Amino acid sequence: MTQAAVAGIGQTRYAKNMGRSEIELAASAIRGACADAGLPVSAIDGIVSYHVEQVAEVELFTTLGISELRFMARTPSGGGGAASLIGLAALAVSNGTAEHVIAFRARNRSKAASYGADPNQGGRPWAKAPPRLRDVRQWQHPFGVASPAQEMALIARRHMHVFGTRAEHFGMQAVVQRFHASRNPDAIMRDEITLDDWAASRPIADPIRLFDCSLENDGAAAILVTSLERARDLAQPAVSVLSQVQYGAPIHTELSAFFATTAAFGERGGGAVVGGRRLFATAGLTPADVDVAMIVEPFTIAVPLALEQYGFCPMGDGGPFIESGATRWPDGALPVNTHGGSNGEAFVHGVNHLPEAVRQLRGNACNQVVGAQIAFVCGAISDPSGAVLLGVDR
Amino acid sequence: MSALPRPDPTDEDDAQFWAALRAGNLCIQRCAVCGMFRHPPRPICARCGATEREWRPVSGAGEVWSFTVVHPPTLAAFADRTPYAAVVVRLDEEVFLVSNLIDCPIRELAVGMRVEVALTQVAAGEDVDDDLVLPLFRRM
Repeated sequence: MTQAAVAGIGQTRYAKNMGRSEIELAASAIRGACADAGLPVSAIDGIVSYHVEQVAEVELFTTLGISELRFMARTPSGGGGAASLIGLAALAVSNGTAEHVIAFRARNRSKAASYGADPNQGGRPWAKAPPRLRDVRQWQHPFGVASPAQEMALIARRHMHVFGTRAEHFGMQAVVQRFHASRNPDAIMRDEITLDDWAASRPIADPIRLFDCSLENDGAAAILVTSLERARDLAQPAVSVLSQVQYGAPIHTELSAFFATTAAFGERGGGAVVGGRRLFATAGLTPADVDVAMIVEPFTIAVPLALEQYGFCPMGDGGPFIESGATRWPDGALPVNTHGGSNGEAFVHGVNHLPEAVRQLRGNACNQVVGAQIAFVCGAISDPSGAVLLGVDR
Repeated sequence: MSALPRPDPTDEDDAQFWAALRAGNLCIQRCAVCGMFRHPPRPICARCGATEREWRPVSGAGEVWSFTVVHPPTLAAFADRTPYAAVVVRLDEEVFLVSNLIDCPIRELAVGMRVEVALTQVAAGEDVDDDLVLPLFRRM
């Protein structure tokens, strides 16, 4: 097996209503990743995205002038697939299917872009709900549950009941990430907030408040994965892909199944608990070896859930772990989302978390963890998802 | 107020859940071979693999597994109800339903509260014939 590595990262500006189509945003971020690596775009021979992506491979093929595509793959599911973009790309490189694989996500949330009736297209789920329900929405919409915030609120409340987590714990992570964002010139939200500000932000779906929620913005991010050997010849310090896992799990958009089957906080095991063990075992590492973590969080509740299920703290201790300051740069034992995350930097279904992990291992992040050697990245925990471990090339 | 979003499944199994409610019963799909209940409906049993399935009336008793209090923005049909509570109920048959409680003030909501089903008729919209019957819940 060939060792895979990240050789390039790219991202557009993040902002509301940029007026650029998703194909333009995608092409811009991908060209940026290639330029970062010092590689011509024509060298791309693999494309990885996930199923909510509205930019088709064929569009990129023609728009970017890629002449020989050998590998195309998509992973489920919403924000759950973010880290697995690197995982899939690394698999293709490791087995020799492709040499230079680009992984990306592009979003334009304006009605002029991918807005449409399909649940995977842009637009607010409650605003575009159909009057007649033929899919999984029939189990929730008649009872006024239609948005991810409302679904995650039901998951959060259960976590609070089982483990004694407090809504303020979610707020504390929101404050941490907004602090990180305040020092990130690329972040949309540059003003710090206090826990009082969080408590004063309007309730969306109790216990979730506005400042727990991801931003709504346009933008794109891209990652270039190649072999470690090839990456060493390119322009940037190589970042090794040490291990990757995907795991199947129920999704928050079907709460009846979510609570009935595995992975509801690992109360029954499965999901990220098992996936996490595989992730660390494959790399010969433990959670204690991780220097910095990027945890994709459509809502801040996802951070304690991931910390627990991947073994960074005992099950149920995610709230107190955050309260201890562990997730806050620079002094925390495990700084989380050092770019500001989805409520601070931008929301690109978590794909903006990938370049930040790479910057940390290159040593040039805005909130640099001194001497960071190992970075952990996981997708949103309430979906079928996955994770990767990245490491400095030694 | 906008009309309530209306289940209108094309899937046969899904349709039977709503048809049973219109006939006055909360029925949950069950594997006809090993007897395991499942919801939402599926074409095959996840435990034994059998495709034979049946609809069993259930007691409708259960507990509040979780709840949220919804504020705007939300579905147009619920906009004038905010803030309102939505719950996940765990039936005694170990299946979960998203629902609402009737006759329970928000401040009295609690996880673990025992509840029973209250089949509730919702008037038909202008372009449909049948009334919709929802499995809402009330405190026991």
